[in-house]
Amino acid sequence: MIEKIIYKKPDSLTDVNFSYCPGCGHSTVHKIIAEVIDELALRENTIAVAPVGCAVFAYNFWDFDVTEAPHGRTPAVATAIKRVLPDRLVFSYQGDGDLASIGMAEIVHTANRGENITVIFINNTNYGMTGGQLAPTTLLNQKTTTSPFGRDAKNYGYPFKMLEFLSPLEGVKYLERVKVTDAASVVKTKNAIKKGFSYQLQNIGFSMIEVLSSCPANWRKEPLDSNKWIEEEISKVYPVGKIKDIK
Amino acid sequence: MRKGKIKINEDRCKGCLLCIEQCKVKEIIQGEKVNKYGHLVVEFKNSGKCNACTLCAIVCPDAAIEVYEVSEEKVNGK
Repeated sequence: MIEKIIYKKPDSLTDVNFSYCPGCGHSTVHKIIAEVIDELALRENTIAVAPVGCAVFAYNFWDFDVTEAPHGRTPAVATAIKRVLPDRLVFSYQGDGDLASIGMAEIVHTANRGENITVIFINNTNYGMTGGQLAPTTLLNQKTTTSPFGRDAKNYGYPFKMLEFLSPLEGVKYLERVKVTDAASVVKTKNAIKKGFSYQLQNIGFSMIEVLSSCPANWRKEPLDSNKWIEEEISKVYPVGKIKDIK
Repeated sequence: MRKGKIKINEDRCKGCLLCIEQCKVKEIIQGEKVNKYGHLVVEFKNSGKCNACTLCAIVCPDAAIEVYEVSEEKVNGK
């Protein structure tokens, strides 16, 4: 019998086990990014900027250069790195608490300047690491530890749609929202990330990919139920698809 | 039909069961073994139905699944 390996852990992932909860979307996106870096053969030429949040230990999991930024300031740090080393693939990896709340100013101005970087935005509709508090992206009526009776618009405002918000800015070249709930959507997410990276390599400009990602522990759901919830509820508020593509 | 098999890295598996839902030939089941981190890991049944479609591995968040295509040994390239 001849055994031919056709799928394995990407080389750009270390042997360190992910610190994420079972079924967490962060793990899937980490894996996909590592696969894309492997396929583009850019492992020695990539610099990632990790956020504050669950993905703070990203440098333990990716086997390429990763640096860390203060909470929400990832796009500013990525801007500096890209300007000093324009030949590198530089991407910022951020959660929704990091990007849409505390780092709102940085992401808006980075996008408006049209910095030639790629932003991977993980939207799991709450602050994951700190215990599931309300984030700007939390759905209406969604219960979190700081909105125990559900988010109501009067007190907490409406879910923030970052891609639609950034879309009119001239510096923004590519925006797409994807999810990682099944094999087909994982492949689509991988293609979107690859496209974002390829736009950067062609010096086209700022691109951002939002990934609807599950947070089973803080949603108090099983991993399979969490993915179902993304399909049935979150996708309605945050429809997947291309928001902007200048090409 | 293409034959395949998978190897599950029990140290990486967290028992989230996403792979079981994706497997169209029901070759993966929830096992009884608990790994050193306390996760109930999944098991490959290996009953010959796996066709190396890789869906389980694509969806596995923790990159715990390796997929192999298995073929009979060829004699003189035939």
